[in-house]
Amino acid sequence: MDYVIEMLHIVKDFPGIRANDDITLQLRRGEIHALLGENGAGKSTLMSILFGLYQPDGGSIRKDGKEVRINDPNDANALGIGMVHQHFKLVHNFTVLENIILGAETVKNGRLIMGEARKKVMALSEKYHLKVDPDAKIEDITVGMQQRVEILKMLYRDNEILIFDEPTAVLTPQEIDELMKIMKGLTAEGKSILFITHKLNEIKAVADRCSVLRKGRYIGTVDVADTTKEEMSEMMVGRKVNFAVDKAPAQPGEVAFSVKDLTMRGPHGKNVVNDVSFDVRRGEIVCIAGIDGNGQSELVYALTGLMKQDRGTIMMKGHDISHATIRARNDHGLGHIPEDRHRYGLVLDYSLAENMVLKSYHKPGFQKHGFRNFTRMNEVTDQLIERFDIRSGQGGRTVARSMSGGNQQKAIVAREIFTDPDVLIAVQPTRGLDVGAIEYIHKQLVDARDAGKAVLLVSLELDEVMNLSDRILVMFEGEIVADVRPGDVTVQELGLYMAGSKRGKA
Amino acid sequence: MMKKTRGSGLGGFAASVLPSLIAIIVGLLFGFIILLISNPAQAVQGLKVILLGGFNDGLFGVGQTLYYATPLILTGLSVGFAFKTGLFNIGASGQLITGAFAAIWTAVNCDWLPGPLHWIVPILAAILVGGLWGAVPGLFKSLLGVNEVIACIMMNYIGMYGVNYLIKISNIYDKLKNQTVSVPSSAALPNGGLEHLFYKMRGNFVRFSSINIGFYIAVIAAVVIYVLLTKTTFGYELKACGYNRDASRFAGINEKRSVLMSMVIAGMLSGAAGAVMYLAKSDGLHIDVIEVLATQGFNGIPVALLGLSNPIGIVFSGIFIAHLNQGGYYLQKLNYMPEIIDIIIGAIIYFAAFSLIVRNVIAALARRREAKAVQGKGNER
Ligand SMILES: Nc1ncnc2c1ncn2[C@@H]1O[C@H](COP(=O)(O)OP(=O)(O)OP(=O)(O)O)[C@@H](O)[C@H]1O
Ligand SMILES: [Mg+2]
Repeated sequence: MDYVIEMLHIVKDFPGIRANDDITLQLRRGEIHALLGENGAGKSTLMSILFGLYQPDGGSIRKDGKEVRINDPNDANALGIGMVHQHFKLVHNFTVLENIILGAETVKNGRLIMGEARKKVMALSEKYHLKVDPDAKIEDITVGMQQRVEILKMLYRDNEILIFDEPTAVLTPQEIDELMKIMKGLTAEGKSILFITHKLNEIKAVADRCSVLRKGRYIGTVDVADTTKEEMSEMMVGRKVNFAVDKAPAQPGEVAFSVKDLTMRGPHGKNVVNDVSFDVRRGEIVCIAGIDGNGQSELVYALTGLMKQDRGTIMMKGHDISHATIRARNDHGLGHIPEDRHRYGLVLDYSLAENMVLKSYHKPGFQKHGFRNFTRMNEVTDQLIERFDIRSGQGGRTVARSMSGGNQQKAIVAREIFTDPDVLIAVQPTRGLDVGAIEYIHKQLVDARDAGKAVLLVSLELDEVMNLSDRILVMFEGEIVADVRPGDVTVQELGLYMAGSKRGKA
Repeated sequence: MMKKTRGSGLGGFAASVLPSLIAIIVGLLFGFIILLISNPAQAVQGLKVILLGGFNDGLFGVGQTLYYATPLILTGLSVGFAFKTGLFNIGASGQLITGAFAAIWTAVNCDWLPGPLHWIVPILAAILVGGLWGAVPGLFKSLLGVNEVIACIMMNYIGMYGVNYLIKISNIYDKLKNQTVSVPSSAALPNGGLEHLFYKMRGNFVRFSSINIGFYIAVIAAVVIYVLLTKTTFGYELKACGYNRDASRFAGINEKRSVLMSMVIAGMLSGAAGAVMYLAKSDGLHIDVIEVLATQGFNGIPVALLGLSNPIGIVFSGIFIAHLNQGGYYLQKLNYMPEIIDIIIGAIIYFAAFSLIVRNVIAALARRREAKAVQGKGNER
């Protein structure tokens, strides 16, 4: 068999955990090979070894049948291996073009030659339909475009083995479709792709074969065409997974959260949120659906106090919190699972335990006269680790930065649910989670609802929206264009609302 | 099941102290080479003198070491504390000199203060003014987003020129010597019993070391800062803001106030350093009216780096640098020019500043070794 890359019996230890335990992965030329596994199963670690970021503690790597050593990403690059990381690694105040050529600059007489590089980048961008603006700064472009920059970076270096670590977790459904097409196009050119994702639909759509990992061990490799989604998820989790959400009809109570005429001006003078009004009652899950960039993020920032609204009022449990501080809102019972887990959700250099008390460290029980109660912090952390199955090398002492992406997300969700908020604003709560964890988090949200909490869910994923919500508000260009019940609409109709081609009563 | 491997508690500690040790050793080697070049015959003897530091002169010398370590510890704490909260306090110099001015002025003008209050109040004045001096960059940073380094450097110059001007127009100016007058002896920091330990006999004449209760103050400050950073909710907030301001805001922490408070506390520590330096007997230090920034403020930076910004580590690194300085003082006995010792100390400090780079080099070497081991295993297969 013609394998471009073989990783044989790879072992990798981290403090307190064996992240890869005798894993073997063989990549055929020209295939899309999916890598599936629970959060913390060791997927990113395995790929980082292939890319030279970590050195394995055992095992070997072969390229085209020959054993190779990959000491650092430069070695990987020389072997034609490129990687798009789970959390992008771009220089934020550099332009797109500068980021693409960074480290592979053409230099003549000690001076940078941008002209040729630009031509090559534009040609690649044309050929693979990777639309980018070469002169835009990274900090000003969308995540979708940042990802295209990462892909161009690999192509610019003529890499032929491309690693995608959860590329779709941060993309909108439209961008995902586009990416899938691009990936197909790349393999048609003879490139080989390793593709990590938690979404079985995507594996079904593009992958040829799929290797499954569980708790650091290799479970097996299957042909995607002859395997069902259920079989794959069972291989991965070790039990049957329930994809549908079990929930009783909602029993909405009094209004817990009420937004009136909320307006926020954007940087270009246009209203990014325009006269938005809605209520969320106790005992219901209200979902804000929409294509990314239609004002959902700004709306949430205003509700949680991270940004000031220009106009409008926010009432919570009968109190006007329009101008309250973030601390006052939190202590009044507002929970928030933020969209950007690294920016807002975690202090990455704090331990898991210190992150678990990020919102409660100042409350009685966690401190006395300003002195922190570490015993209580560790107790709570251990409970949450247990309950939410947060996996890490050293339990509460693990530095958050070293945790796997999905486990970081689980930690945030655990913390916000633990504070037992009356109103929970959950933005993409299951982003980057494995199917088992998604099932669990969904159940937690439904339980919170049934316990009389008001849940405001913001999600880009239509499946999640349809499954979980009791009421759907569709946002388009900063306005709420539809207020519907999931039973009364089809996914197609929802799509039309989201695209702005249909308007209901708001 | 995943296999648990043993945690690396002690290994982690060693790994964090190692770069400081390497920095020191490389610095000393470099110093030795300079000794060899300038006077080969006495180089070994010279190195010994440096390493002995204060011990060259028995307990008296040790007392001198601790005396000179006192302001180093305080400015080191000032810089290290700011580091821990994500700020670079390069303004210790200005905070120190304004604090010193406040202390001297209060000591001279409030000589009606009874008993120990005559030196306690000047120290408090210095802490207050140093804190104010730190508050300015803190405010600029938190309200306007101005980088604290720029604001601190400006405050250093404003402090230096401002103090020079104020000295000249006030009654604490000694025109003849172009420096501040000596503070009343009741305002000089008492020796606090330390003199009975650190002294030497010249015939039957006792010479006491200059060490005073300032050293206690520095050590207490280190303990307070340590407790503040590791045990209190306030320290938790300050560190969180240092690591990630957005997440701190998200958590409901008033991150503007935190930045301000960090700079104020850093300034207070440097102000205290100014007080303990200049609240001295008449043979002690005086502020010279010259247009040069107070270097003691900048010495806090290497002290903090060498102590890895850990308050307790800073006590030791401050003592260590003072120890070397004392060694340099005694080196003069051996026909070495005083400049040589400055170069050697400078080298050690320089390497300390690069201790983080050293740490990275160690990590890279370890990776290489690990990689080689893997290759070895691979070939065996
Ligand atoms: N740099 C590191 N230091 C210590 N432990 C680490 C480090 N990187 C990963 N780990 C641990 O190794 C395990 C595997 O992590 P990895 O990131 O490979 O998981 P993953 O399969 O990519 O999970 P996810 O789907 O959540 O991204 C985790 O338990 C993690 O805590
Ligand atoms: Mg991962």
